[in-house]
Amino acid sequence: MKSHSSSREWLLQALFVGPALLVFTIIVALPFALGLYYSLTDWNGVSEKVQWIGLGNFRTLASDEGFWDSFGFTARFTLVAVVLTNAVGFALALILTRYLKLRNVLRTIFFLPNVIGGLLLGFIWQFIFVKGFAAMGNWTGLSFFELPWLGDATTAFWAVVIVSVWTGAGYLMVIYIASLTNVPADLYEAASIDGASSLQRLFKITIPMIMPAITIGLFLALSWSFKTFDVILSLTRGGPYNSTQSVALNIYTEAFQNNQLGLGTAKAIVFFLVVALITMVQVWFTKRQEVEA
Amino acid sequence: MTSRRYSAGMLILEVCAVILALIFLVPFYFLLVNSVKSFAEILLDSAALPTKLVWENYSRAWEIMNFPRAFGNSIFITVISNIGLTVISSMCAYRFVRHPSRLNNLLFTLFVAAMVIPFQSIMIPLMRVGSWFNLLDSRLGLFVCYLGFGVPISIFLFHGFVKSIPVEIEESAVVDGCSPLGVFTRIVFPLLKPMTVTIVILNSLWIWNDFLLPSLLLGRIELRTIPLSTFSFFGQYTKQWDLALAALVMGITPIVIFFLSLQRHIIEGITAGSVKG
Repeated sequence: MKSHSSSREWLLQALFVGPALLVFTIIVALPFALGLYYSLTDWNGVSEKVQWIGLGNFRTLASDEGFWDSFGFTARFTLVAVVLTNAVGFALALILTRYLKLRNVLRTIFFLPNVIGGLLLGFIWQFIFVKGFAAMGNWTGLSFFELPWLGDATTAFWAVVIVSVWTGAGYLMVIYIASLTNVPADLYEAASIDGASSLQRLFKITIPMIMPAITIGLFLALSWSFKTFDVILSLTRGGPYNSTQSVALNIYTEAFQNNQLGLGTAKAIVFFLVVALITMVQVWFTKRQEVEA
Repeated sequence: MTSRRYSAGMLILEVCAVILALIFLVPFYFLLVNSVKSFAEILLDSAALPTKLVWENYSRAWEIMNFPRAFGNSIFITVISNIGLTVISSMCAYRFVRHPSRLNNLLFTLFVAAMVIPFQSIMIPLMRVGSWFNLLDSRLGLFVCYLGFGVPISIFLFHGFVKSIPVEIEESAVVDGCSPLGVFTRIVFPLLKPMTVTIVILNSLWIWNDFLLPSLLLGRIELRTIPLSTFSFFGQYTKQWDLALAALVMGITPIVIFFLSLQRHIIEGITAGSVKG
């Protein structure tokens, strides 16, 4: 009985866990392990001979200015996009939790950009920046619209920020709405009776009460911005002069246009380490919030 | 008195919110209006309404892109990947919860930890693995890749949900002579429905919109999904905005319709998925 049931258990284990484990091993675990190995070689994808070069790639990338420029761009972009996307999403949520007649329609509108893929959004905005803004400049006479939006490093940076905020704000709005509707109404009533102003209520009640949602919003925006790729590929292609090249795009270019696959994997590992670090800080932070709440 | 002032304030807020929403929609206005203009008219004034509707843009872009084929490919890969992901991850998560052996706990930790890995950091060696296992340039290969990349988050979400299902229901079914597989397919899987809806929605948005993975994996034109054919269309017809905008409108229409018809489920699903994830 015992041995019969144990072989049956293994059969069930294989049936239930096997398929998921198999695809995961081939598609995620194996490439990850191979990446660690290839980052120490001069692999170029063409020749079958792969030479072990130790930490050579990491020395090369340490002095690769393009790579660090892309890190610099990604860091600046992430900082600005995280703050603005959350601020806009939170403001929208504050407005749309009031009893407005059109609030359901408005929520749908603000969320809409999110379901469209980054690649297509980038192309749509390319048209807006190149042709649409020029036309709006003619109509309104505002010099804001007549800037060389995608042609200059500073404005191209802001162009990427605008598209990211426009896309992500609705998503964070939904998270903030869910959290805001859970704040008990009697807290506000008690505060009003005590004579608290609306600004005081915002900073003393609302924000402390929705802290878990703020943590989620900050880290979601952080992980989107840090890994951003599709939008930049279709909006600016990293230009002008690589000024809007994100780390993800730099890795892509290194591997699939320069064919430096070994160097590309080394960069990819550095990228992974940074993302893993950010995520670990996130988990640590979220856990701490939960204890306090 | 206070209530009247309150509603006047609300009206102002409502008007401001509507104006803000219209500003949010401006890109779609430009997109739609210019997609039915002639090229000359787009250059003249892209903010104006069209003087004459040029539907030809659509019919030409439709043919050049071979839109029905791209649409079919996107639907096919999204549907089969969703079915596959739902089946294998719900089974795996169920086993992990009900048999928390040391091995299973270790495997679960491994899946959760892998959620950290960004796609770009393993895409290069993935191409190598793809050629070993014959996954390149085939829809079956793309399907296997989506299973692999989708499994960690799907298992994680199912895992949390299975824990909330009381085990007593299953025990009574076993007493009635139900096999372990029968318990799962007839009792547990139907109970997972709310989480299945969430997972299918999250995975559909991801797979439908994904560009990088299929662009690396697929070479043949016949296999291209909507993002891939839009991308190559743009490469060929750079600055031919009349055709390009019509192609973009066609490209976003299916997912916008999907969103508008299921918006309540989608928004709930996304909230549930991101709060737990």
